[in-house]
Amino acid sequence: MEFALTEEQQLIIQTTRDFVVNELYPHEAEVEESGVLRPELRDAIKAKAIEAGLYAANMPAEVGGAGLDTLTWLLYERELGRANYALHWTCVARPSNILMACTGEQREKYLLPAVRGERSDCMAMTEPGVGSDVRGMKTNARRDGEYFIINGTKHFISHADEADFVILYAATGEEETPRGKKKLITAFIIDKGTPGYTIRPGYKNVSHRGYHNSILEFSDCRVHQSQILGELHQGFEVANDWLGATRLQVAATCLGRAERALEHAKQWAVDRQQFGQQIGKFQGVSFKLADMAMELKAAELLTFEAAWKFDQKLATDMDMAMAKLKATEMLAFVADEAIQIHGGMGLMSDLPLERIWRDARVERIWEGTSEIQRHIISRAMLRPLGG
Amino acid sequence: MRRILVGIKRVVDYSVRVRVKPDGTGVALDGVKMSINPFDEIALEEALRMKERGEADEVVAMSIGPEEAQQQLRTALAMGADRAILVKSDTAVEPLTAAQVFTAIARAEDARLVLVGKQAIDDDANQTGQMLAALWGRPQATFASKVEVLGEVLRVTREVDAGLETLEIDLPAVVTVDLRLNEPRYVKLPDIMKAKKKPLDVKSFADYGVEPTERLKVTLYVAPATRSKGIMVKSVAELVDVLKKKGLA
Repeated sequence: MEFALTEEQQLIIQTTRDFVVNELYPHEAEVEESGVLRPELRDAIKAKAIEAGLYAANMPAEVGGAGLDTLTWLLYERELGRANYALHWTCVARPSNILMACTGEQREKYLLPAVRGERSDCMAMTEPGVGSDVRGMKTNARRDGEYFIINGTKHFISHADEADFVILYAATGEEETPRGKKKLITAFIIDKGTPGYTIRPGYKNVSHRGYHNSILEFSDCRVHQSQILGELHQGFEVANDWLGATRLQVAATCLGRAERALEHAKQWAVDRQQFGQQIGKFQGVSFKLADMAMELKAAELLTFEAAWKFDQKLATDMDMAMAKLKATEMLAFVADEAIQIHGGMGLMSDLPLERIWRDARVERIWEGTSEIQRHIISRAMLRPLGG
Repeated sequence: MRRILVGIKRVVDYSVRVRVKPDGTGVALDGVKMSINPFDEIALEEALRMKERGEADEVVAMSIGPEEAQQQLRTALAMGADRAILVKSDTAVEPLTAAQVFTAIARAEDARLVLVGKQAIDDDANQTGQMLAALWGRPQATFASKVEVLGEVLRVTREVDAGLETLEIDLPAVVTVDLRLNEPRYVKLPDIMKAKKKPLDVKSFADYGVEPTERLKVTLYVAPATRSKGIMVKSVAELVDVLKKKGLA
């Protein structure tokens, strides 16, 4: 096995890190305190990100992205993940890879402007009554000639307030299966401002200040059939084919944040003196640091191995689940221990630790809860045995 | 061909807390992050801007150092240099040797301008640019904070102790750059991928007819003595009092 990074990968890490430290860190306090990313600030940073080729770097080169392989893309995600989420996700956006499923006019209207930073996307699957059980969704699209009439409510929709269009999942019918009736799901692209599509502010929450969730309401929203992404009734297929390694993306951003927390903890362990010596010389602190570093490395190896396998088309659902599960739980552990090492100071907003600790919480829930990931891992083990 | 050469030195990154080896033979470099000397990065940025303004046709990054210095030259290529030359050396390079090599490259490449950092942040010698100008027999302007191309003349604003000094020098010339000349760009992601395809020639001292001789001998490296802890005072009045007591005011 080869673990060394190429010169290109090292350069990408370096330039992304420089950008994060110089352009994002200085604005974290403002966004954290106000809970708002000012549009002027967003646009200024975004312009720099586009100039540096960092914007939409996840996309293939033929549509104007950086054309990175999955492993290299995740190295870039790890660096971005160090910063406040609103800043890195909004100003250095990574359009959903599902837009690569755009065909014909959709490419000019959605895919290419998203890569150029002129328009932005969001994705709506979750509903008030539908979380992990996505097939149970109530939002539906009824055919009316060349049009579909959409009704339903989506919630927890990340950055829908910022997005110019939404990729919406809606039920378009039912089919009989041996295990009973199953809903057929279709993905639609719907522009902000389409009559019948309303965006309402979502819930205030503990993680990712400045990065908002919204509630989307569709009331007899009329959408032409040309707005279907992929094929009719093939919503999950288009997601599976194009969405890419989103769980690994979550894992990678967690790695960066954990690394930052560990850096603070290490520095504090040598700077802080108690009872006449550096606190890092006390076993209670030094053993914590050793465990944090080891957990971080374990999560890194799982994530990057899964990424490598993803590029080789060898990655299994279990690989992705393990990486996501380990990285998100590792972040919770590392953030918590970093605060413990700092004592009272760790809870103060002067340091990014309390923020990292709060932000860590959502990571074990979105993109598939820890329980769903464990379910996937255990099913993959037991199913072949007839379990 | 209006060609600009830019000197690129591989140094310990500015953010690293440098440690002296226990036996005093040098600075510990194992696993330490290495970067382009920040002043050289500014020199490169200036060269790239000149090319973008149509004042130069080609930017060549040149370095003298170990095999690994290719990493810094790759960074220079990713920033926008057209090609790179590495003159391999497995030992530390003294300023005069560097100046001799750069002179030979400047002649071989028929350079119109050589830009180098005013000094490297490892040995802080601040000599290479000046020696290069003398050996090459061309004008020099050091500590540049502004550079303008006026046809065959370069107008350079220099940061000197008394303030700013403006010189006009004939091209070809040597300019050493200071911190405030510009702010180097971020390396663009797509350019990183393209940099791999740009030429990077690895050469030897012999290729340029230079025989490096050791004129300087470093006998011992020691870390600076740790400063004793200072005291915090609450007001200017208190500060003046303390200074008076120490006989300093």
